[in-house]
Amino acid sequence: MSISVVKNSNLDADRAIRTASALSVRGLTVSYGQTPAIFSVDMTVRTGAMTAIVGPNGAGKSTLLKAALGVVKPLAGTVSVFGQPLARMRDRIAYVPQRASVDWDFPTRVIDVVMMGMYRKLGLLGRIRASHRAQAMACLDRVGMSDFATRQIGQLSGGQQQRVFLARALAQDADIYVLDEPFAGVDAATEKAIIAVLKELRDTGRTVVAVHHDLTTVPDYFDDVVLLNTQIVAAGLVSKTFTEQNLQATYGGRLATARADLESTAG
Amino acid sequence: MGAEFVALSLPSMLIGICVAVACALPGNFLLLRRQALIGDAISHVVLPGIVVAFLLTGLVATGPMLVGAAAAAVLAVVAIEAIRRLGRIEAGAAMGVVFTAMFAGGVLLLEQSDTSNVHLDVEHALFGNLESLIWLDATGWRSLLDLDALATIPVELPRMAVALIVICAFLYVFWRPLSVSTFDEGYAQGLGIATAPLGLALVVISAIAAVAAFDAVGSIIVIAMFICPPAAARMVTNRLGHQVAWSAAFAALAAIIGYVLAGYGPLWLGAYGSVSAAGMIATVSGVILAIAALAGPHRAPTA
Amino acid sequence: MLADALLLQLGYNATLVTLGACLLGIAAGVAGTFLFLRKRALVSDAISHATLPGVGLAFIVMVSFGGDGRSLFGLLLGAGVSAAVGLLCVHWLATRTRLGEDAAIGAILSVFFGLGIVILTIIQTMNSGRQAGLEGFLLGSTAGMLRSDALLLAIAAAAVLALVMLLRRPLELAAFDPGYAEAAGWSLARIDLAMMGIVLVVTVVGLKVVGLILIVALLIVPAVSARFWTDRSDRVVLIAGIVGGVSGYVGAAVSAVAPALPTGPIIVLVGFALFLVSLLFSPGRGVLASVLTHWRYQRRVHMRQGLLALAQGQPIYEKLTHRLMYRAGLILPDGVATGDGQAAASKALLDETRWSIVRADQSFAAAATRYDGLTAIEEFLTKDQLREVDRRIAAPQAVL
Repeated sequence: MSISVVKNSNLDADRAIRTASALSVRGLTVSYGQTPAIFSVDMTVRTGAMTAIVGPNGAGKSTLLKAALGVVKPLAGTVSVFGQPLARMRDRIAYVPQRASVDWDFPTRVIDVVMMGMYRKLGLLGRIRASHRAQAMACLDRVGMSDFATRQIGQLSGGQQQRVFLARALAQDADIYVLDEPFAGVDAATEKAIIAVLKELRDTGRTVVAVHHDLTTVPDYFDDVVLLNTQIVAAGLVSKTFTEQNLQATYGGRLATARADLESTAG
Repeated sequence: MGAEFVALSLPSMLIGICVAVACALPGNFLLLRRQALIGDAISHVVLPGIVVAFLLTGLVATGPMLVGAAAAAVLAVVAIEAIRRLGRIEAGAAMGVVFTAMFAGGVLLLEQSDTSNVHLDVEHALFGNLESLIWLDATGWRSLLDLDALATIPVELPRMAVALIVICAFLYVFWRPLSVSTFDEGYAQGLGIATAPLGLALVVISAIAAVAAFDAVGSIIVIAMFICPPAAARMVTNRLGHQVAWSAAFAALAAIIGYVLAGYGPLWLGAYGSVSAAGMIATVSGVILAIAALAGPHRAPTA
Repeated sequence: MLADALLLQLGYNATLVTLGACLLGIAAGVAGTFLFLRKRALVSDAISHATLPGVGLAFIVMVSFGGDGRSLFGLLLGAGVSAAVGLLCVHWLATRTRLGEDAAIGAILSVFFGLGIVILTIIQTMNSGRQAGLEGFLLGSTAGMLRSDALLLAIAAAAVLALVMLLRRPLELAAFDPGYAEAAGWSLARIDLAMMGIVLVVTVVGLKVVGLILIVALLIVPAVSARFWTDRSDRVVLIAGIVGGVSGYVGAAVSAVAPALPTGPIIVLVGFALFLVSLLFSPGRGVLASVLTHWRYQRRVHMRQGLLALAQGQPIYEKLTHRLMYRAGLILPDGVATGDGQAAASKALLDETRWSIVRADQSFAAAATRYDGLTAIEEFLTKDQLREVDRRIAAPQAVL
C-alpha cells in the first residue's frame, strides 16, 4: 500500500508486521532512465499465502519482483525477507524468471537445468551425489516432466519449459517462491499442473508470489492480490481488494481492453 | 627424427597446443554469451597494453607485460560497456570503436618509441613466431628427463602451461556460476550470483590466455582459437561439458595439424621453406569449423 | 609542415591522397551509418580481414602471368573477390547453422586472416615477393605512393561517395524503418545486399590508406559519434559524413608529414578524438549530461518520497533521503518536519492524491500517461480539470 491507506505510525507494530511477513519492501523506486518503472512502492507479502501482482502492461510488475530479489538495483528503497536484509536470506527464495529472458539455445539438458536449483546448496565444488540427482528427478516428477529429463532444453514447448523452470525452483527447496508471469504462453494442461504445485506449496506453509495477467483466474488461484500501476493502488485479501472499483483505479481506461484481450485469447 | 623433432618441433608444437586449448576453453563461454567478438577485441588491445607496460618499465618481461595487457583488456571492456550504456550504442559498434582506437594507439606508440633493440613490432604481434621457439640443448627424448637441458626449454612453454593451468582452475571452480549466469542471467542474480564481476572475471581470464599466447603466436591465432573450436564443438553436442571437451580436442587438433602442415606442407608440395604456423593453425581451425558446420549433428539452428 | 599538409601544399601526390582520404572518409561515414543502424557494424571487420588472402593470391596470379604483381588495381580486385567470399561465408554460417552472427564474424575474420598470412609467407619465399610491400595493406601506407595509384585512389573514393549518395534513400529507409520499407515495396534483402556491396567497396578502396585491420573504424566511429548528437536520421548521416571526412583529411595530412608512421592508425585516432568529444560533451546522451541528469533525478525521487513519508507520518528510512531533506531545511536532524517541510509535504500528498484520481479515470487518459511520480500535476491539467479532480477528492465516494 502507499498513500491511499492510513498508515499505522507505531514503529513497533510496524516492525512486528514486517517480521510476520515473508517479503516486505518499503519505498522502492526503480527507474529505467528518467521515468520510474515503479515509484515508492510499499508491499508486504503474507507468509503462507499465494499473492498475485496484477496491473496493466508497463505497470512495473516484473520490475517490482526483480527489485525485491535484488536483480535490478533500485534508485531508492529497502527490501527485507522474514524481517532480515535480503542478502542474508537468499537461500529462502526461489525465483522463476520470465521465459523470454533465457537463452534457449544453450547446450544443456532438462535435468541439468533442474540441478542448477541446487547450486547454492552445493557450493562451487560440492560433489553431486546420486541423492541430488534423485531429488532433481523427484522435482521433475512433481511437474510431470520426468520423461523429458535428458532432452535439450530448447527442444521443449513453452509450457514444458515453464514446468522445468518450476522444477528448478522446487529443487531449491525454498520458503518463498517468486514467479514472473508463470502462465504466459503456456498450454491449459501446464497451467493446471503449475497451479496445483503452487497450491501444494502454499498448503505446506510456503509463500508464493506471482506476477499474473489473467484477471479472470485471480480469485480461483490466489489468496492475496497486489494491484500495481507504477505505484500500489490497493493490496490485501482477494475477497476484499479485488473489486471492480480497485481494478478501475488500477487499469484506468485500459480495463476494458485488458478484459477484451483476455476474452480474445481465451476464445 | 627423434633428436631433431624434440629440439625443433616439440616445444613449438606443445606451445601451440597449450595456446589453442587455453584460448578455446574460455572461448566456449564467450561464444555462448554472444560475446565471441570480445575475444577479437581483447587480442587487439593486448598490443597497446604491452607497449605501454614496456614504455613504463623499460623491460620486455613477462610480469609487466601480463599486467599491462590484462589492464588494457579490462579497460577496453569497461569502455565498451560504458559506451554501450551511456550512448545506448549497440555492443558491436561500441566494441569496434574501442578496440580499433586502442590498437591504433598501440601501433603509433610502438612506431614512435625506440623498440628497435627489443623483440616488439606490429607484425610480430599479429602473427608471432612460433617456429623460432626451438630447444637448443635437447638431444633427444631423453632430454625431457634431463634437468640441465630442461632449463633451456623455451620460456614460452612453461609460461603457457601455467596460463593453461590457471584457466582450467578458474573454469573448474566457477563452472556452476558461469554456466547458470550464461544460461539465465536473471535467475543467476536471483541466486545471489554477482553476474557482472563474474563476466569481468571471464574477460580477465580470456585476457590472460591472450597475453600469454601473444608473444609466442601472435594475436590472429588467439582470435581463431577463441571462436572456431568452441563454435565447431557447439555443433557437435548439446551439452555444455561435452562442448568444452570437444572444443579443447578441436583446438589441440588444429594446433598439431596446422603446425605440421606449415612446417612440412611446402616440402610435400615440392617447394622449399615453410609458411606461417600461426596462420596455418588458424586456417586448419577454420576447416574444422567448416566440417562441423556441414556435418555436425547439432548444426541446425533451433527454430 | 603540418600546416602545409593541411593546406594541401605538399605536392601533387600528397594532395591527391589527402583529398582521396577525405572523400573516402565521407563515403565510409555515410555507408557505416547504415551498417551501424542495422546493428551489423562488425560485419565490416570480417569483410576487411577477409581481403588479405585475395591480396596475396592476386599478387601471385599477377606474378605468374609475368607482371611484377604490384598493380594496385589488381591487388584491390583480388581483395574485393575474397572479401565477397568471406561475406558469403559469414552470411551462410549465421543463417544456416546455429551460430550467431557475432561468432560467424569472428570465425571468418580470423580464419581468412590466418589464410592470408599463410599466403603472405608463401610470397616471401618467392623471388619477386621480397619487396612486394603487401604489409602496407595491414596498417595502411600512403607514403611514396605512385602517382597512378594516388589517382586511382582519389577517383575510386569519389566514385564510392557518388554511389553511396545515389543509394542513400533506400538505405536510409531500411535502416530507420525496415517495416515501412518492406511495406513500400522495397526488398530488404536486396537493400542489405546493396549496403554490404557498398561497405565492401569502401573497405577495398580504403585498404591501401587505412589498412585492413583498422578500416572498420572508419566505418563505425563516425556513425557512433554522430549518434550522440542527434536522433534525426538525416542528421546522423550528415554528421557521420563530416566526422569521417575530417578524420580522413586530417589523418592523411598528418601522415604526409610523418611518412615513417602508418597512415591507418593516425586516421583512426583523429576519428576517435572526435568520438571522445561526442561521448563526453554532447548535450543529450553525453556522459557529462547523463551524469548530471541522473544525479538530479535521484535527488528528486528521494525528496519526493521523503515528503510523502512526512505527510503520512511515516519515518524516513534512508540516509540519503534524510540528508537531502535536512539540507533543504524540510526536517530537523531527528527527522521531525519543519514548518516548510510540513507545507511541502502536504503539497506533495495533495499532488499524489490528485494524480491517483487522474490515473484511475478514463476521461483523463491523456494526462495520466504523463505520470512520472515527480512532476506536479498542475503542469498537465487546466484549472477547470484541477477543480474537477479536487471536487472528487472531497466527495466521499472517491475511489481509493
